[in-house]
Amino acid sequence: MSTTGMRYVDEFRDPQLAAGLARAIAHAARPRRNYAFMEFCGGHTHAISRYGITDLLPANVHMIHGPGCPVCVLPIGRIDIAIGLALARPDVILCSYGDCLRVPASAGLSLHKARARGADVRMVYSAADALALAQREPRREVVFFAIGFETTTPPTAVVIEQARALGVDNFSVICNHVLTPPAIDALLGAAATGRDDAPHLDGILGPAHVSTVIGSAPYDFVAEHHHTPVVIAGFEPLDVMQAILMLIRQVNEGRVAVENEFTRAVSLTGNRKAQALVEGVFERREAFAWRGLGSLPHSALRIRPAFARWDAELKFALEDRPVPDHRACECAAILRGAKRPSDCALFATVCTPQTPLGACMVSAEGACAAHFSYGRFRDRERAATTGTQP
Amino acid sequence: MSTPDPAYRRPIDLKHGRVDLAFGAGGQAMAQLIAELFARAFANDYLARGDDAAVLPALTAGERLVLATDAHVVSPLFFPGGDIGSLSVHGTINDLAVMGARPLYLAASFILEEGFALAELARIVDSMATAARAAGVAVVTGDTKVVERGKGDGIFITTTGVGALPAGRDPGGARAQPGDAILVSGPLGDHGMAIMAQREALAFESEIRSDSAALHDLVETLYAATDASAIHVLRDPTRGGLASTLNEIAAQSGVGMLVDEASIPVSSAVQSACELLGLDPLNLANEGKLVLICAPHATASLLAAMRAHPLGGGAACIGEVCIDPQGFVQLRTCLGGRRMLDWLAGEPLPRIC
Repeated sequence: MSTTGMRYVDEFRDPQLAAGLARAIAHAARPRRNYAFMEFCGGHTHAISRYGITDLLPANVHMIHGPGCPVCVLPIGRIDIAIGLALARPDVILCSYGDCLRVPASAGLSLHKARARGADVRMVYSAADALALAQREPRREVVFFAIGFETTTPPTAVVIEQARALGVDNFSVICNHVLTPPAIDALLGAAATGRDDAPHLDGILGPAHVSTVIGSAPYDFVAEHHHTPVVIAGFEPLDVMQAILMLIRQVNEGRVAVENEFTRAVSLTGNRKAQALVEGVFERREAFAWRGLGSLPHSALRIRPAFARWDAELKFALEDRPVPDHRACECAAILRGAKRPSDCALFATVCTPQTPLGACMVSAEGACAAHFSYGRFRDRERAATTGTQP
Repeated sequence: MSTPDPAYRRPIDLKHGRVDLAFGAGGQAMAQLIAELFARAFANDYLARGDDAAVLPALTAGERLVLATDAHVVSPLFFPGGDIGSLSVHGTINDLAVMGARPLYLAASFILEEGFALAELARIVDSMATAARAAGVAVVTGDTKVVERGKGDGIFITTTGVGALPAGRDPGGARAQPGDAILVSGPLGDHGMAIMAQREALAFESEIRSDSAALHDLVETLYAATDASAIHVLRDPTRGGLASTLNEIAAQSGVGMLVDEASIPVSSAVQSACELLGLDPLNLANEGKLVLICAPHATASLLAAMRAHPLGGGAACIGEVCIDPQGFVQLRTCLGGRRMLDWLAGEPLPRIC
């Protein structure tokens, strides 16, 4: 966009630097082999689509979308308990982040649609807003539906601590926070089996914001156990391109290491203070059922017993049950990187960002929504070259 | 001893009073509100007659009548650069202007919530009157209803406007042709972001003001700068922003578009706020910007005319119309890649105009 210039942003979107990186990538990528890299984060998926980065890569460098989109991996059963609570209890105000409200759940409902049926569901921009709402509405039960990876976990920990410190007893949290390393572990474990439904991966583009919290060290197992290179990258387009170049170089040189492109924000050990805060409020669940990845051990957090009064699952005796995805929905395979959005029969027909059937079509970070909004014009180009119908 | 004046009526307390149900009940209170607030502010002969409708003069021969209506439910009611009053005037004038019409008259309906402060109502009505006067358009008829407390949100305003379309002008969303140039009259997203910044949950310090303005004079300037047939489409990119507007036009005309991201004007304040909030300025509403699609031979003269007008200083040519039966609007990104510029999905900005 033609603006008068914005420091700390323009530098990471410079067209000349991008062209230089594109040349370096084209030069580094060996023409006789393929490179398949997974960007774990929805933030990267969004940046790749938003800036048309695919056009700047050689045809043999493939980016595969990963499952790092919080609303995409949230199982339907978790949304169902929130909807059930909000519909059953008129005294409850259920708050969550915007994208969460549109996720399709059972019985054709979403939190958004539950609102039209009388549930008091509100969008908040932060966990702190939800706590403030509870303080403003002392006669209501304010329930914060918390989702996200390690990035959004510390703010949730803060409000739970604050609720205790301030004695705000009409506030509680449905905790759906999940952890990145177990998901990467599951993806690469499946890839190692060579099954059809698990793509081979030559490297992982590591999370940006998540890594600012947890640091780069938690990815060491990817190199050590899975022998797969990792490059942690920022969310700006030049970050992504630089990281892709670093991955190609690792592959070419036969090296397997955790490298950090995002050094301006990510350190080896991460944000210790945030980690301590999270550790104090949350503990690991034995297992958590991820959409697409199935039940993964120690992959999600719950609120520690010391904070049980603010745990909505205990307070309202909520219990989720597994709910199957729509029969034809390919979200699960797409989240594993095994299929592309356009491989799904529902894509851009009955499933669109306006009327999403699968979670990947909800958030702008979801693989299907990103492809629908930014990339679906390419499907006909691909169809023209391969002779298939788009 | 005082002598009672049988005709005396205590004036409405426009400073401290509040809307009550009587103001919409059709009795004296309503008549008083109309006389002491609306008729006084809008001051014109049509309203002064006090009839149920305005009887308007005939158009000049060859002119066609254009009619548009727009409901306004903006929250907050007052924002930097405007308020619901001025917005309700500009919104309808702009709907007429982008059809090539000269706006002539407005009708205004007010839905007031019981308890709404009369001081705020007076401020809004005065703002409407100022905006209408500045635009040379009279508010010639109106209506007021009051709903019980809790059944409205302070005030909703619907304005309906009529305008005259001179012979030879025929812009329309279905008229974009491959090869046409796409112009915008200035930086995008100011209104949407000004509203967003005022929202309770987000409130952040910013210098961003709404661009709310009446565009009919700019449109007249454009028609003076070229032959009328060269102006194919005019539209004001309100809700859904530039992205939705271009997609609407592409769908109506059965064409595609190629837009160059680097040439789309966006102020650095809006761009920064969008970065912060994860929004795209091309999805944000504008209330004083024009999208113009014109025959390629007229591009230079229309761009120059826009830039010479006070409301078009930041105008730019941002792309062109192309052949595409599927109607995709494609954007060349600032890095040189391509992507679609799609409709706004969902609702990042509820109730902004």
